[in-house]
Amino acid sequence: MHLLVFKICCSSVFPSLKIHPLSLFFLNSEQQTIPTLISNMNLLANILKQPIRKSVLIHHRSCRLTLFAKLPESLQLPAVNDTLFCFSLSTTAHTLLSQHAPLFDLQEQDAHNVNVQSIDFPGGRVTFTPQIKFISESTDKRVPCYRVLDDDGYPFAGSRSEQVDKETALKMYKSMVTLQIMDHIFYEAQRQGRISFYMTSMGEEAINIATAAALSPDDIILPQYREPGILLWRGFTIEEFANQLFGTKNDAGKGRQMPVHYGSKKHNFVTVSSPIATQLPQAAGIAYSLKMDNKEACAVAFTGDGGTSEGDFHAGLNFAAVMEAPVLFICRNNGWAISTPISDQFRSDGVVVKGQAYGIRSIRIDGNDTLAVYSAIRAAREMVIREQKPILVEALTYRVGHHSTSDDSTKYRPLNEIEYWKTARNPLGRYRKWVQRNGWWTDEEETELRGSIRKQVMNAIQVADKTEKPSLKELFTDVYDRLPLNLHEQEKSLRETIKRHEQDFPADVPL
Amino acid sequence: MDRDPRVCVMGEDVGHYGGSYKVTKGLATKFGDLRVLDTPIAENSFTGMAIGAAMTGLRPIVEGMNMGFLLLAFNQISNNCGMLHYTSGGQFKIPVVIRGPGGVGRQLGAEHSQRLESYFQSIPGIQMVACSTPYNAKGLMKAAIRSENPVILFEHVLLYNLKERIPDEEYVLNLEEAEMVRPGEHVTILTYSRMRYHVMQAAKTLVNKGYDPEVIDIRSLKPFDLYTIGNSVKKTHRVLIVEECMRTGGIGASLTASINENFHDYLDAPIVCLSSQDVPTPYAGVLEEWTVVQPAQIVAAVEQLCQ
Repeated sequence: MHLLVFKICCSSVFPSLKIHPLSLFFLNSEQQTIPTLISNMNLLANILKQPIRKSVLIHHRSCRLTLFAKLPESLQLPAVNDTLFCFSLSTTAHTLLSQHAPLFDLQEQDAHNVNVQSIDFPGGRVTFTPQIKFISESTDKRVPCYRVLDDDGYPFAGSRSEQVDKETALKMYKSMVTLQIMDHIFYEAQRQGRISFYMTSMGEEAINIATAAALSPDDIILPQYREPGILLWRGFTIEEFANQLFGTKNDAGKGRQMPVHYGSKKHNFVTVSSPIATQLPQAAGIAYSLKMDNKEACAVAFTGDGGTSEGDFHAGLNFAAVMEAPVLFICRNNGWAISTPISDQFRSDGVVVKGQAYGIRSIRIDGNDTLAVYSAIRAAREMVIREQKPILVEALTYRVGHHSTSDDSTKYRPLNEIEYWKTARNPLGRYRKWVQRNGWWTDEEETELRGSIRKQVMNAIQVADKTEKPSLKELFTDVYDRLPLNLHEQEKSLRETIKRHEQDFPADVPL
Repeated sequence: MDRDPRVCVMGEDVGHYGGSYKVTKGLATKFGDLRVLDTPIAENSFTGMAIGAAMTGLRPIVEGMNMGFLLLAFNQISNNCGMLHYTSGGQFKIPVVIRGPGGVGRQLGAEHSQRLESYFQSIPGIQMVACSTPYNAKGLMKAAIRSENPVILFEHVLLYNLKERIPDEEYVLNLEEAEMVRPGEHVTILTYSRMRYHVMQAAKTLVNKGYDPEVIDIRSLKPFDLYTIGNSVKKTHRVLIVEECMRTGGIGASLTASINENFHDYLDAPIVCLSSQDVPTPYAGVLEEWTVVQPAQIVAAVEQLCQ
């Protein structure tokens, strides 16, 4: 038997059931996940130091089992804020639990009280109160943010995080450096007119790389547009990046999308689509597909703080929750949506509190802390796959660069603010201190790495700049699976026109 | 769904309710609620979800409870469904079928009487077909599901009750082919969906009056079957288009342009296009009847054309 600990928020939820505030039950979708839960079980038993007594198995969906177990009253509870076991009770489980209360020999409160204190409605029982009481629009304390390293790269005392071996730690650091240099040089290339457009991920290198490191290559990524680090981690080469930016014939996207709109099926990275948040409902679909195929992988969808205002955010999260789809929603809250600060974007305590509104477990993390991102995403991913439920992660960070090369953010935010986040709060600086302190990295290696990456990027630009563009036929292919008659005619017509007026068409497009 | 385990259905009330017009009746009991998925009310989202599922290998069929509601899914259909195969360089396929009841019904009000084929026809990357009989509904649905491209299949609210003897065994129709309903010599009448029945009713009257109309159900709204249409134009030299779309920017407008461009030399008279007026569909029964092309108008148009 495998058990998860559920924390029922308050016993007034079940006024008619004298249920222990800490009840245990598990959700198991298919046999394969059982082995991974056994260690939790042992851990749990150790903490509780009590054997599990009564339990009952209930089928409530074609692919789910729910187990309810009653603990003895005298049990010593683990700390209430124990983050290892912080789950919320879903409405379905509520209803099931109340339906099966008699099985637990739980004492009903006297009938009179039952009628007075709670009432049935679609959705379950609710207590009612004669007072008019509004839920406050804000809490006194904001949701705390998970952090492992301080600004000087020292782990906080008592911080809980995943152990990172030297190889992974170094790969993460080197990838962050590569991303940073790539961003700088490609941005400059746009300024010089060599490419038409670029968007940097400056300030968000930790989110990009640590997330990629924490996921498996089978997890399917649905990016917004500021996550090229994931492709980088998965093996997309600098040359491949350059080919997409220059729209050459070697671009996997065949030169059809604007710069930074990367896509690579073999890296499980869905092509970037410009409209904001459209990928969120699609993530639910991909997760649904993975669920039907029983795969040990999840869909990972990104959005920014601005994207949470889109209708698709609401619907995508709501769907994933209702469908019980294994999606990991990651919101990069970097404070700005082009020129709109978050104070003009929403009035809630950031994005993390929105998860509960959809019945989705959520967490807030320091997005500039590499180790925090790595640990949190690892934990979240495991939960998503094991429980086949969505999870929302809000990664707090700052968009150091402009929104894109078409933006000048100094027009709407102070220069010293940008400088501060670029230097004092830089994710690379902080992580580098931790890595170097472990004896895994030296200043010489830093200089050498930066020099070599620079050279590689510059070279990639030179080569891509001179590479042929996609041929004219690629204008018409892939609209459908085969070229239909009307497109065939349109291509013919275009070619004839070019032949007649060769001097009016660009010379570098191969026919 | 029997033949291919990847085929699944998603939409509002498609599961245990069986769909707003009972098209998916019984499927949830047979295939389970994972393959026949009841979704929350968010068209943009379940269309987006279908696109995501299709990219990962499933073959989803999205049902719009009424075609008009799919206007809320326009973003996903236009920016993602139609485009992702192209913008990804062919890496990601979107073999979805988007279907639902549309067209003018009996006093359903303006929002439930939309003709989406005119709004969607410009989107590159999608195919559009309209079925009109039980026979072609089965064949076109199968073809749409098996197609690797996203297909929008337009059903009509008033045609669900048609009864016809059709083959039990499997048959698949061509998505890009028009259907010759009644061969003739004097005039080519092009139509689709419900208007086919108004045209056939008018044809009876016309035959009595001594005319010989050729009636073609174009079925494929994007792309047009210019081969069948062209052969007909070359034979009769007169074209009448009868559609339910509004006058401005409808299928008829595009078809007129297409025929003029390709078969101008074969026409003895300008193309006549009968469509609905550019008004929202009123609720009052009498008014509603007159926004839709009636057989009497078709007869009059043919007589005019053949003078």
